Amino acid sequence: MAELTLVEAVRTALARAMEEDDTVLVLGEDVGTDGGVFRATEGLLARFGPERVIDTPLSEALFGGLAVGLGAQGFRPVVEFQFLGFLYPGLDQLVNHASRLRNRTRGRLSCPMVIRSVWGGGIAAPEHHSEATEALLAHIPGLRVVLPSSPARAYGLLLAAIADPDPVVFLEPARRYRSLREEVVDDGQTLPLDRCALLRRGADITLVSWGATIGEVLEAADVLAAEDGVRPEVIDVCTLKPLDAHTIVSSVARTGRCVVVHEAARSGGIGAEIAALLADEGLTDLLGPVVRVTGYDTVVPLSRLEAAYLPDVERIVTAARRVLEFS
Amino acid sequence: MMRPMVSDRVVASFEIRSTRYVAPDGKVLGTLPDWAHDRKTLVELYRAMTLTRAFDERAVALQRSGQLGTFASSLGQEAVAVGVASAMRERDVLVPSFREQGAQFWRGVTLVELLLYWGGDERGSDFAGPREDFPVSVPVGSHASHAAGVAMAFQLRREPRVAVCVIGDGGTSKGDFYEALNFAGVRSLPVLFVVNNNQWAISVPRWAQTAAVTLAQKAVAAGIHGEQVDGNDVIAVRERAGVLMERARDGNGPAVLEAVTYRLTDHTTADDASRYRNAEEVSAHWGLEPLARVRTLLVEQGWWGREEEERLLAEVRDQVESAVQEYLAAEPAPATVMFDYLYAVVPRPLVAQREEVARRFPGERVVTDSG
Repeated sequence: MAELTLVEAVRTALARAMEEDDTVLVLGEDVGTDGGVFRATEGLLARFGPERVIDTPLSEALFGGLAVGLGAQGFRPVVEFQFLGFLYPGLDQLVNHASRLRNRTRGRLSCPMVIRSVWGGGIAAPEHHSEATEALLAHIPGLRVVLPSSPARAYGLLLAAIADPDPVVFLEPARRYRSLREEVVDDGQTLPLDRCALLRRGADITLVSWGATIGEVLEAADVLAAEDGVRPEVIDVCTLKPLDAHTIVSSVARTGRCVVVHEAARSGGIGAEIAALLADEGLTDLLGPVVRVTGYDTVVPLSRLEAAYLPDVERIVTAARRVLEFS
Repeated sequence: MMRPMVSDRVVASFEIRSTRYVAPDGKVLGTLPDWAHDRKTLVELYRAMTLTRAFDERAVALQRSGQLGTFASSLGQEAVAVGVASAMRERDVLVPSFREQGAQFWRGVTLVELLLYWGGDERGSDFAGPREDFPVSVPVGSHASHAAGVAMAFQLRREPRVAVCVIGDGGTSKGDFYEALNFAGVRSLPVLFVVNNNQWAISVPRWAQTAAVTLAQKAVAAGIHGEQVDGNDVIAVRERAGVLMERARDGNGPAVLEAVTYRLTDHTTADDASRYRNAEEVSAHWGLEPLARVRTLLVEQGWWGREEEERLLAEVRDQVESAVQEYLAAEPAPATVMFDYLYAVVPRPLVAQREEVARRFPGERVVTDSG
């Protein structure tokens, strides 16, 4: 057993998947010799060779399409886009091809592929390296969008994503890459997709989040427990598409209150989807408003103002207290 | 003039060859490839082109009478589709755009399937024949990378197979095309990119698409082989496509084959080409069209006459008509099918939406994976 960082957990899962299934390929810019700009693929080239760990040219419009062709032929390509900000030339492939090939051929061809990308802010990276645009991707029918928040979930969910017969976008929170260690058993066990993870059982309020802000949410839950004597329930959504409404709605049925936290811009974000879901399916259980704590509807600022943009513990606690006033 | 201090030399140069075996008037230029001395082979090609033209004509008529959706006829470009497909092996994979029905039919896609597809039913892309061929790609150019991916799969499995992508002249202006060519070159992938240069991308003429003299030379920047062929000469298309496919199959890398042809009709049934090009241009190109050319050749060889021609026309008319009847009689798929192939298994979060559709359309038969 080992205590791993999230990026080490990703690497461990990739190696495990490649070991167990020789149709798994790793492709992308700098994934081979360099081991990836975050070292997520370090050591894979030496272990699995250049036929399975492929340094591609700088061609983001190509990657997704290459994976469509490989996937249709029975391979399981895992493609790395270095940052989410560089994925957009590949969006065409996800919207127009990967997400619909199974449907449009009535199951004759499919795309068992994983698109990995670094997601979110908080590491003082250059411009275009800090965005959280998961809602763009989660709007696409036929895709899965998975966003782990811890090393163990990264390991189990990535293995599940690679084993999944359909295209999965797997977003890795940069801010959590090396900021915490967790025990990860490299036993090949997957975690379920399309399921939220219940991180903390509670009774008074449900805090829903995903990705890096899970860290702030757990801290906020501690503050609320210590200072206010409330027991928050904490849900890590894990799979943003398709969204596990059931877990969220049944949690709020118990707690009656909900705060959704995401670092993505507010309007049209997944927080809005969750609020709408609760208005639709949980209205009579709600004791107070569903409140969102999110990034602002601005361009993500460069590093000096990043902290002012990202949801912090204080904003989450304040929002929760506002909701807790209703009873 | 001496310039001793300056190094100034040619470090790269290129030439693009263009091949034609049969002139527009049906006269053979030089020596035909061996296979083209065979009556049966030539008649097969002519038959496939004639079938494609009959299908296109009927499909357009169906659209005009509200019995088919928007449709892209391949009138005038039949030699490209048929020539390329006839050079492929069964186990090769075709990655077409949306105007290669002639190639698809040759490879075993049925007329009914394509009518279903253009008639608005996804079952039309569940080909019973070439199971690994891609369905048509309506987005332009983004399918070039699929062919590269398929070719990469062949290469990794060390299979002697080739992926064949067909793209239009407009598609060559897209970055997707270049990225696919470039990667195919780096990995020496067994893929052939065929450019159906029909001179018009909806209303944009070939000259406004690029300043390059040929589209074949787009291969040069990617470091791969490129050449041009008379796309209205089915013998030239088949011969050069075949040579380039065998070259790729033998591990000698990808190529671009530009087939120069002409779109004799509208872009699709939703287009009116008279808005942007004149009738004289179109009628001039009728003098170059591919069916008459191969028919003249057959007649001059003494292999074809009025009787054969009439029999063939009746035969393809019957074949098209019986496909049309089968298409028109096809039971619609149940509405819930929109959920059933989205993912391998309907995800739990989607079950409620599927049930809603099932309630709204009760009594529909249940479709299972086996059809």
